[in-house]
Amino acid sequence: MSDAAPGPAHLAGPTPDTVLRDADRARGPVLAADGTPLKRSLNRALRAQKLRALGLIAPLLLFVVVTFIAPIADMLFRSVENEIVGQTLPRTVVALDETWDGQGAPDEEVYRALAADLMVASELKNHTRLGSRLNYETTGMSSLFRRSGRDVDDIGEVYADQFIDLDAAWEEPATWVALMADPGWDERQAAWHERRDAAEAERAAAETVEELRALAFTEREPRFRVSDMAQEELPRTARIYAQFAQVIQTENADSPTEEEPWNIVYQALYEDLSAARGRNYEGREGALLDAARDAVGSFETQPVKAFFLEEIDEEWGDPRVWGTISAFSSPYTAGYFLSSIDMQLTPQGIEPQPEDQQIYGLLFKRTMVMSMTIMFACIALGYPIAYLLSNLPVRTSNLLMILVLLPFWTSLLVRTSAWKVLLQQQGVINDTLVWLGLVADGNRLELINNQTGTIIAMTHILLPFMILPLYSVMKTIPPQYVRAARSLGATPWTAFRRVYFPQSVPGIGAGCILVFILAIGYYITPELVGGTTGTFVSNRIAYHISSSLNWGLAAALGSILLAFVLVLYYLYDRIVGIDNVSLG
Amino acid sequence: MDLPPYASTGERIWFYGFRVICGLIFFFLIAPILIIIPLSFNAENFFTFTPGMLALESEAYSLRHYRDFFTNDSWQQALWNSVKIAPAATLMSVALGTLAAVGLSQPHVPFRRAIMAILISPMIVPLIISAAGMYFFYSRVGLQGTYIGVVLAHAALGIPFVIITVTATLVGFDRSLTRASANLGAGPVRTFFRVQMPLILPGVVSGGLFAFITSFDEVVIVLFVGSAGQKTLPWQMFIGLREQISPTILAVATILVAISILLLTTVEILRRRSERMRGMSPG
Repeated sequence: MSDAAPGPAHLAGPTPDTVLRDADRARGPVLAADGTPLKRSLNRALRAQKLRALGLIAPLLLFVVVTFIAPIADMLFRSVENEIVGQTLPRTVVALDETWDGQGAPDEEVYRALAADLMVASELKNHTRLGSRLNYETTGMSSLFRRSGRDVDDIGEVYADQFIDLDAAWEEPATWVALMADPGWDERQAAWHERRDAAEAERAAAETVEELRALAFTEREPRFRVSDMAQEELPRTARIYAQFAQVIQTENADSPTEEEPWNIVYQALYEDLSAARGRNYEGREGALLDAARDAVGSFETQPVKAFFLEEIDEEWGDPRVWGTISAFSSPYTAGYFLSSIDMQLTPQGIEPQPEDQQIYGLLFKRTMVMSMTIMFACIALGYPIAYLLSNLPVRTSNLLMILVLLPFWTSLLVRTSAWKVLLQQQGVINDTLVWLGLVADGNRLELINNQTGTIIAMTHILLPFMILPLYSVMKTIPPQYVRAARSLGATPWTAFRRVYFPQSVPGIGAGCILVFILAIGYYITPELVGGTTGTFVSNRIAYHISSSLNWGLAAALGSILLAFVLVLYYLYDRIVGIDNVSLG
Repeated sequence: MDLPPYASTGERIWFYGFRVICGLIFFFLIAPILIIIPLSFNAENFFTFTPGMLALESEAYSLRHYRDFFTNDSWQQALWNSVKIAPAATLMSVALGTLAAVGLSQPHVPFRRAIMAILISPMIVPLIISAAGMYFFYSRVGLQGTYIGVVLAHAALGIPFVIITVTATLVGFDRSLTRASANLGAGPVRTFFRVQMPLILPGVVSGGLFAFITSFDEVVIVLFVGSAGQKTLPWQMFIGLREQISPTILAVATILVAISILLLTTVEILRRRSERMRGMSPG
């Protein structure tokens, strides 16, 4: 128990600061031994001293900032970060923003954008992640996205079949490359192909593993480029084909020269041609294109919107689904914070969650109430002990102090396991009560896996944190005051209430804040002895990190808890001072 | 606070009543820890005293749970992991923490309060929040589930303890000793190791012990930052308590209580020694 000693900053004696002030007051510039003005010379010394101090602190400061402060900042960032929607559905979000008025189902344009986005997402396997993200906001989104990801391949199949029926050449990857690729890319690709073939021939001749390894061909195929002609004449087709080529090259490590394009590419081509675009196309395969243009007028059609609603899921016509996507399309969201206070973000604005899903308000309230209960239990048990310890002779109190410090030093899990064993229905406490005849054998007390268990175990665990600050304050209360009160005629109770107790209040304050701060963030003990009714916010945070994987909500709950703790910490600093935290 | 001879009956009742109440509270504090010691020698797989144990029959007691601890692979692996992680984390927090505490005790430190607040924060922020943040951040940078990640996280947790104990020791440090040493021609490094270090050593060691016990007992951070390869003793106990509670846990707990008694004694001796060296009376 270190007593509150003045910090090094308050050391008496002349310091460069005071000397400087004196130097200022002197009339002329006082000179140092080497002839420079004393003021400048002292300033230099002071600066050197500051730099030396900072130099000693810097490594640790850097260490704590990287290993501790950065993670906390990351958590705060994650509680509002929401880039997944905008990243996975970039075209849909823009189209929705431009054309949808929030009523009914959106236009064909939005569904086309969605088809393209989903096609890419399902190739990259991103759509399920997006589905689980949106499922936190609206239930059913997860399965909707999973189903859509499976069926999105079939969008435009009608058109693909008709194009191929028209001319089998449409099935050939080479046809598409000829139509779409920039001639420069063609040349580079051909050169790359030659190099690869040559390398493979060499490898085939290799005899040892080392040789094989040395000859490995690691050069990637040149990045696909759409020709300016295709871009101008067949804009829709070019855009989606370029996307296709990019995914094929980067994700599947394959070549557009060997893969048949997605069905939606055919649909885009149909749209381009039926809108009478591509008339001025003057590239390769022009004849094929002209023939197709003449034929598309008689094609069987199927709008993307109709496909989504009829073939994939009619939920895609539900404005609720679109409202959720639109509400969570911005890169930052208050959605997680709203969820943590039982609100939700809907297209109509902020609304309370349905009654049966309001759990966090209850959870925060329970955490507060239980922490308060534990805090008061700690005062009730800790005050008499601290009083006794501070009024006994030093030798005896040091001996009894061991009884306080031993639990303080014992592993948290040891104490929790002790309570888990003691509080069981077949445990020592129930056995003793039955043996004493206080409780019937068939009617043993339920002391564990409920709030009682958490409160008993945590009071025991946190009690030393109440006793130690109380003791260090009570130690400084002079006994003369109470004696004076008694001799002036006060009863023992009055003397205690009016004289002793007010002097011990700072200790109670410090102990309370300490116990409360520790209690509201506790995880291990409530998890092990709290069952379902005796758990805290922290248990919910852990659940969202490791089981439900809703990291954003975990981060938001954590941020709220952190804010609580920091406010309390600030109060503690004002009342006690962080420098005076005593450690046993 | 002895009872004066002229005390009234009411005062006498209150005097003894108060002592009884205090005795009961002390019992509440210490009994749960002590009771697991005999229970850990239970010959049966029970968590309560069997009739045989109450009758003090020697067959009712056995060392089987201790044997299980020392032969079971998962417990031994956990013990080994704890022994690998805690000293590394302690070494890191002590080395950096002592240096910084010396820097902080200089008379002119700009932003002293802010720096102190940052350095103490790992002790104040609830563990579950630190664990969540570290889990997110360490998985971003690829440290999640690695030995280094757990050691770094534990070192960060231990730092406040080192800072607090070492700055407390430095409060009573007589700066004229370093000046005298400098005057006699010693460089700053030599002054630190030959003059300052021996004097603040008790503070450094007890700070180190705090950091050690913090890491050795820590379970929340390691649950999130670590992976199965870093399963420590407290982690193994946590799993045991949550899933299939076995009396081996009580044997482990008893061993840990013995270790805490050892550490408590060491810290207490160091504290008294440090106060004696700084000319304060042992408290």
